[in-house]
Amino acid sequence: MQLFDIVFYAFALITIVSGFVVVFSRNIIYSAFSLLFTFFGVAGLYVLLHADFLAVTQVLIYVGGILVLLLFGIMLTNRAVNVEIKTGTLHAVPALILAAVVAGTLSGLFYSTWSDEGTPASTLQTTTRTLGELLMTSYLLPFEVASVVLLVALIGAAWTSRRSRKI
Amino acid sequence: MDVFLKGFFSWLPNVQLVHFLIVSAILFSLGMYGIVTRKNAILVLMGLELVLNAANINFIAFSRYGGLNLDGQVAAIFVIILAAAEAAIALAIVLNIYHRFQTVNIDEVSNLKE
Amino acid sequence: MSHDLLIQLSIATLLLPLLGFALLIFFGKRLPRQGDWLETGSISISLVFALIVMVQKLTLYPDQTLTLNFTWVDFQNVPGIGPLKIVLGFSVDNLAAIMTAVVALVSTAVHFFSIGYMHDDVRYSRYFAFLGFFSFSMLMIVLADNLFLLYVGWELVGISSYLLIGHWYERKSASDAAIKAFVVNRIGDVGFFIGINILYATFHTFGLKEIFEGIHSGTLPYGSEGWLTAAGVLIFCGAVGKSAQFPLHVWLPDAMEGPTPVSALIHAATMVAAGVYLLARTFPVMTAEALTIIAYVGAITAFISATIAIAQNDIKKVLAYSTISQLGYMVMALGVGAYTAGFFHLVTHAMFKAGLFLGSGSVIYALHQVLHHQGDHQTDAQDIRNMGGLKAKMPVTFWTFLMYTLAISGMPLTSGFLSKDEILAGTLAFNGLTGHVFIPIVGFLVAGLTAFYMFRLVILTFLGEHKDAHRLEHIHESPLVLTVPLIVLAALCFFVFFSFNPFSAASGWVAHAIVRPESVVPVSVAASTAETFEEALHHAHIPAMLMSLLAAGLGIVAAFSVYYWKKISADAVAARLRFVHVFLLNKWGFDDLYNNVVVGGTHVFTAVLRWFDDTIVDGLVNGSGSVTKLTSFVSGRFDAQAVDGLVNLTAYVSGASGLILRKFQTGKVQTYIVFAVMGVMIFYFVFRLF
Repeated sequence: MQLFDIVFYAFALITIVSGFVVVFSRNIIYSAFSLLFTFFGVAGLYVLLHADFLAVTQVLIYVGGILVLLLFGIMLTNRAVNVEIKTGTLHAVPALILAAVVAGTLSGLFYSTWSDEGTPASTLQTTTRTLGELLMTSYLLPFEVASVVLLVALIGAAWTSRRSRKI
Repeated sequence: MDVFLKGFFSWLPNVQLVHFLIVSAILFSLGMYGIVTRKNAILVLMGLELVLNAANINFIAFSRYGGLNLDGQVAAIFVIILAAAEAAIALAIVLNIYHRFQTVNIDEVSNLKE
Repeated sequence: MSHDLLIQLSIATLLLPLLGFALLIFFGKRLPRQGDWLETGSISISLVFALIVMVQKLTLYPDQTLTLNFTWVDFQNVPGIGPLKIVLGFSVDNLAAIMTAVVALVSTAVHFFSIGYMHDDVRYSRYFAFLGFFSFSMLMIVLADNLFLLYVGWELVGISSYLLIGHWYERKSASDAAIKAFVVNRIGDVGFFIGINILYATFHTFGLKEIFEGIHSGTLPYGSEGWLTAAGVLIFCGAVGKSAQFPLHVWLPDAMEGPTPVSALIHAATMVAAGVYLLARTFPVMTAEALTIIAYVGAITAFISATIAIAQNDIKKVLAYSTISQLGYMVMALGVGAYTAGFFHLVTHAMFKAGLFLGSGSVIYALHQVLHHQGDHQTDAQDIRNMGGLKAKMPVTFWTFLMYTLAISGMPLTSGFLSKDEILAGTLAFNGLTGHVFIPIVGFLVAGLTAFYMFRLVILTFLGEHKDAHRLEHIHESPLVLTVPLIVLAALCFFVFFSFNPFSAASGWVAHAIVRPESVVPVSVAASTAETFEEALHHAHIPAMLMSLLAAGLGIVAAFSVYYWKKISADAVAARLRFVHVFLLNKWGFDDLYNNVVVGGTHVFTAVLRWFDDTIVDGLVNGSGSVTKLTSFVSGRFDAQAVDGLVNLTAYVSGASGLILRKFQTGKVQTYIVFAVMGVMIFYFVFRLF
């Protein structure tokens, strides 16, 4: 048991437990904040995987952008004044079974296929520079397309949520 | 039973690719459960985010252990980008739905059914 | 006159009464006097023609047969039978010529008599029409040269007899008698029909001449003489029915229900003689055995009916039984081979029997007038016990009646004497040749009985005392139209018309005209030849004459002593021999026997058939109806439940599965996601396993 393993298990636990809370909680706010912790856990896992830039990006965008957005959405779409916002579930049992099955299948699949992958010798290096170069060279087109997508999303979101709308 | 436990516990320490994959699998199924189960639209979106995160973990794990070099991370970047865009649009739509139906309970937003 | 003309005159003789019949049936009621003059006129013309033909034939062409043929049907090939060709025709030989004249003469006499007798009858024109129809049918029998036409005529006279006997059909006894006559005749006709068919099957022709030639050339029916005898006996069956021989004699006494002129014409002179005529016609095909059977039947008949006649009290019944007895005589004559004698007796009998009937008709008519005048509807005008002493009041009737009686009794100087003598001589000859002694014994016995009962009749009717003197006062002679025929017939009873020798007819024209035909039957089964028979006949002639005179004389004396001189009391004898008397009065019990056995048997049979029909046939029909109902019920239920059920089931299954499958369409995306992922998992596992 090395430090690496312990840290891994810690972050994995955070992620998964938060995930459970997100999914199984009755309270939207609790779900939202657990999602926060999930994102953080995932970011930690990224760091362990030598993806430093991505870890930070994850925190910045997911937590700072998407989660805030979700919170805004929660606030805007619920008429409740207090924090206690309840919500119900939909055919829980079949989905539970299905989720268990999927998890089990995938795990089994992963285990059977890649259980013997070794650890490659790696040199710790920052990935930012390399990622930037990759984005500008090999992945230029996807990059441009992604920016167009963002633009479209921006315009679309702005347009869709404008106020003056006759129903 | 004894052997099984011993096997299980011997598998724990040396963290490799498969451990990350299993985490991602669990997360994925959790997220899927959330999508499928939840009635509130926002919570469905949260489930969706979980799924996407699980996929990201997968990508990056393979990028580190699976010989993808940094292509996996690039993919993960794009996933994040698109997740963000999609979350924005989705929320805009949810707001519209709320405006229209006075509720975000997707059960009740069923004018297209039948 | 030429052949053709004579034949055409004969056919005209045949058709004139038919024409009269046709006109009278349709227009009779509208004609003046209801058309009796039409019918009588046509039959008189027929008589003239018949006499012309007879005279011409016997003088000019005594040995030839005049014929006229035509092919009726000629089918070349009938499937299953082969060629079918029926040639019909008429022929006139001596036998037919004389018979035609006899029939026409008696018919004419009866027509005239009927004008007076049936004066106020309710169906006057129909009566004459049927008389004409009868004359036509009888002449058809006489003139036919083939068994087909003969049979047609045979049946037609049966119908005529039925129609005429039942003329007063309001009386149940009359209609019953008509049916009885027809049915009993039919029984005989069945045998006749079979006999004809046996001959046809062998020779494929109905023509008598061809049949004779066929047998002569050696062809026998079915190749055996037994069949030939059978054919002969079967043909005789027809004669048994028609000529009222034992055992089919029961219809004739009942036939007296018809009007008396009808009795005279049909049941005395002509129709009943048709049987004898038939025997004369088919004589050549008779084997010796057949002829012996015929002789015995004739003798038995003569005996039985003569014994019955002596006990009867109705004038017409006595005459009826007398007819049967004399017919038995004729049949017996033909049976023993006395061909000429038999036919001769037929002719003479026709004269005096018709006369006897018409005479009795005259008496009945006179009595009726008086009773009607007195308002007496109870007394039977036909019962001889109600008569007596009519000689003074009805002289013409009496003397003619006496003439007839003398003739029938076989007294000398009468025609009857000649004919009866010949017959008796024939029986003696037969006995001499074959040894059947029964026949002559019966013959002479019956001769005596005949004389007895006929004179009994005369004495009780005309002589003696009438019971009611007052009634006797009012009786008077019948009108001319009734008495003239009587006189004519009485005159014909004298011997001179038939032979110039009062003691033998052998030299007479009848004997010359009617010659016994040669039998065509193979010699082994033939009776004795004509020559042998003539020889024996010659020898038997004198003994027969003497014995017949003796027998007749005894009979007459007995009659007078019982009924006139009252030496022996009839009632005492009847009382002493009570059983015999009742037996005779009851006609030997034949009617009762037939009634119980035949009619009763038919009733039982009918009851059985009716039970069969009601229970089994109707049961089957009802059963099939029930089965059909049941089947349709089952089928209906099956259709309603199984078939409809199947259809409904299909619809239900569709509906149910639709209902179930509808659940999948929740409209919720999340459900679809669940299904999608589930599908992926399933795919994965399936591929992993295989």
